[in-house]
Amino acid sequence: MIETTIKIVNKAGLHTRPAATIVKIASKYKSQFYISKDGLKIDGKSIIGVMTLAAELGSELFLSFNGPDEHEMANEVLDFFNRGFDEQ
Amino acid sequence: MKGLKKLVENSKNVIFGIAAAPGIEIGDAFLYTKEILNINANHTDEPEVAIEHLHEALQQSKKELSKIFDFAKSKMGETRSAIFEAQLMILDDPVLISNIESRIKKEKRFPEFIVNDEISKYQQLMIMSSESYLKERAMDIEDIKNRIIRNLQKKRWASKIVHDVLVVTDNLTPADALLFTKSNVKGYVTDRGGLTSHAAIIARSLDLPAVVGTHNGTELIKTGDKLIIDGFHGIVFVNPEPAQLEYFEDKIRRLALIDDELKELKDEPAITTDGREIKLLANVDVTGEIDMVVTNGAKGIGLFRTEQVIEELGEFPDEEMQTKIYSSLATRIYPDIVTIRAFDIGGDKVKQLHIKEANPFLGLRGIRFLLENLDLFKTQVRSILKASVNKNVYFMIPMVSTLAEIIKTKELILECSNELKAEGIPFDPDMKFGIMVEVPAAAVMAKEYGRPVDFFSIGTNDLIQFLIAVDRGNDFVSDLYQEFHPAVLKTISHIVKEGKQSGVEVSICGEMAADSLAVPLLVGMGLDSLSVSPSAIPSIKRTIRSISYKSSIRLVDECMAMDSIPQIIAKIEKFFKEHNIQRTRNIL
Repeated sequence: MIETTIKIVNKAGLHTRPAATIVKIASKYKSQFYISKDGLKIDGKSIIGVMTLAAELGSELFLSFNGPDEHEMANEVLDFFNRGFDEQ
Repeated sequence: MKGLKKLVENSKNVIFGIAAAPGIEIGDAFLYTKEILNINANHTDEPEVAIEHLHEALQQSKKELSKIFDFAKSKMGETRSAIFEAQLMILDDPVLISNIESRIKKEKRFPEFIVNDEISKYQQLMIMSSESYLKERAMDIEDIKNRIIRNLQKKRWASKIVHDVLVVTDNLTPADALLFTKSNVKGYVTDRGGLTSHAAIIARSLDLPAVVGTHNGTELIKTGDKLIIDGFHGIVFVNPEPAQLEYFEDKIRRLALIDDELKELKDEPAITTDGREIKLLANVDVTGEIDMVVTNGAKGIGLFRTEQVIEELGEFPDEEMQTKIYSSLATRIYPDIVTIRAFDIGGDKVKQLHIKEANPFLGLRGIRFLLENLDLFKTQVRSILKASVNKNVYFMIPMVSTLAEIIKTKELILECSNELKAEGIPFDPDMKFGIMVEVPAAAVMAKEYGRPVDFFSIGTNDLIQFLIAVDRGNDFVSDLYQEFHPAVLKTISHIVKEGKQSGVEVSICGEMAADSLAVPLLVGMGLDSLSVSPSAIPSIKRTIRSISYKSSIRLVDECMAMDSIPQIIAKIEKFFKEHNIQRTRNIL
C-alpha cells in the first residue's frame, strides 16, 4: 500500500480533461486507487467520482494505491499530477 | 357539416386544433410525455430483463455520444470536447454501473429510477460544493443522465404500444415519429406545432389523421380515454357520446367509399382536360412508404429524404449501407425515377449533432453542412452514383444559396465519377443533378442557378418561411405562414419562368403541392411535376384531371393581379365551383 498527499499545481484545478486522463491511467492497472478529500473518498477508476472532487489550485488530495502493480500505478499517476496535468 | 356543428356546439368534450393530416380515426389515447422526464419508480418482476434494458440503453447512448464526440473534436478540438469524452467514460464507469446493477437486482425497481437516483447523488455532491465550476459540472452530468433515461424509456414506450393507439403528445420530433411508425399508432394529437411540423408531415406521409396545435390536449386527455380524431376539421372528441360516435362511424364508412373511387384513378395519367400531362411524384420519408407510392399511382419519387435514414439507423450509414438502401429504392421504383436528396442535416432535422447555434435555421445546414464535411458528403455521392446504374436516379442538394455551392458539388460528383470509373464500378454518367430552390436568394437567381443544373425542386415549406420570415413550428405566428400570400405566388412563378429560360425541369415538393386549392395555380404557372405525400396523390390527380391548362393560366393571371390573401383564396374557390371539382374535405 502506498499512501501520499499531493498538491494541485495546475491553475485551472482538477477539471474535466485531467479527471478523464487520471481515470484512464488508473484503469490500466490492476491495483486499487482511492482519492480522498474533505472526508470524501472516491474510487480513482470512476470518472463520475473523480469529477465530483472539488480540487482547485493549491488544494491537497490524499491518494492511496493498493495492489500488485501499485508502484507503477502510483508513479504514473503522481507524475501526471506533478506535471500540472500537462497544461502548464 | 351541419351535423358536425351541432355535435360540437352542444358538447364539452371537444378540443380544437389545426387540421394537419386528413382522415378520421376512433381509438384509445396514449399519452406520450417526454419533455419533462417522468421517472417511473415502479417495481419490476424481471430484474434480469431490466438489466438487459439498462445495457441496451447504455449502448445506444454510447452510439449517440461517440458521434457527438467525434464531431465536437473536429469542430472544437480535443481539449474543449473533453466533456463529451468524460460523458462517454461515465457510460463505462465500473463503480457507477455495478452499483446500478446491484441495486436493480436488490430493489427490483425500474432501471430509470435507479439510474436517476445514483447519478443524482453525485450531482448533489457537486451542487453542494463551494466551487462554482462544480455546479456547472452537475449540469453536464444532467445531460448524460437524461440521455440514459431517455433511451431506457424509449425501450419501454416501444414495447408498451401493443394495440392500436392514438398518440397524444406535447410535440413530436422526427425521431419520435419514426419510433411510432414501427408501432401501432393510428393518429396524432399534439399541443404544439403547425401544418408543416414534423408530426403533421409524418402523419400525412403515413396516411394517419392528425390534429396539431391544440395547446392543452395533453392536459385534457388521459391514457386510455376513447378519442375521435377528425383530421379534416382539426377536432378531437374525448370519450365521445353515442351520437358523436354514430356520426363519425358513418363518416368513416363514406370515406372508405371515396377512397375506393380515388384508387380507381390509379392507372390514369394526371392530365388536364386539354391534354397537358403533369408528372405526379411522391415524397418518401420512410422506406416502407414505397408500397403506398405504387398503389396510389405516382409516376416515381420526387423527394427521398435521406436524413431519415440516419434517423432510422441512429447513425450515419457507411457507403455500403447507403448504396444498398438507394439501389433497392431505385430498383423497386424502376422504370419510374427516384429523386434522392442529399442529407438535409441541421435546422430542426437531426438533433444528434449538438452544435450550439443561436439560429440553426439560418445556420450550418443542408449543403453548407455537407461541404464542411466532405468525407461524409463524398460517401453519399458515391453511393447515389452507384445506385444510378439503371439511369432512373436524380440527385439534388438542399439549402442552396450560392452558385459556388452548385459548382463545388458538381466538382465532387465529377471526382466521384472518375473514381468509380477507375474502380470499374458502373453508374449513370448522365445522372440528372438539381437543386432545391428554398432560399429566397436562389429563387431570385433562378435563371443563373438554372444554367449549371438539370432540374429545380421548389421546397415551399422553407421558401415560404424565409420569404415571410415566419417559423412554421411556432404557433404564435404560424397563422402568418400563408401559401397564398401574393409574394409566394410571385416568387414561385418567377422561379418557373426563369428556370425554364435556362432549360431546367421545374418541380415542387413542398406541402403546398398537396393542397388541392393550390393545384390549378401550380399547373397554370407551368410546373412540370408535383411531388406530394403518397396519400395525397389520388385527390391531386383528380383535381388535375378536372381542370384545363388554359383556364389555369387565366386563373394565375387573375390571382397574380391581386394583393390580398383572402381575395386570392376566394378566387380559387370560385374556380373550383365553376369547374365542379370535388374536394374531399367538402364532401364531409
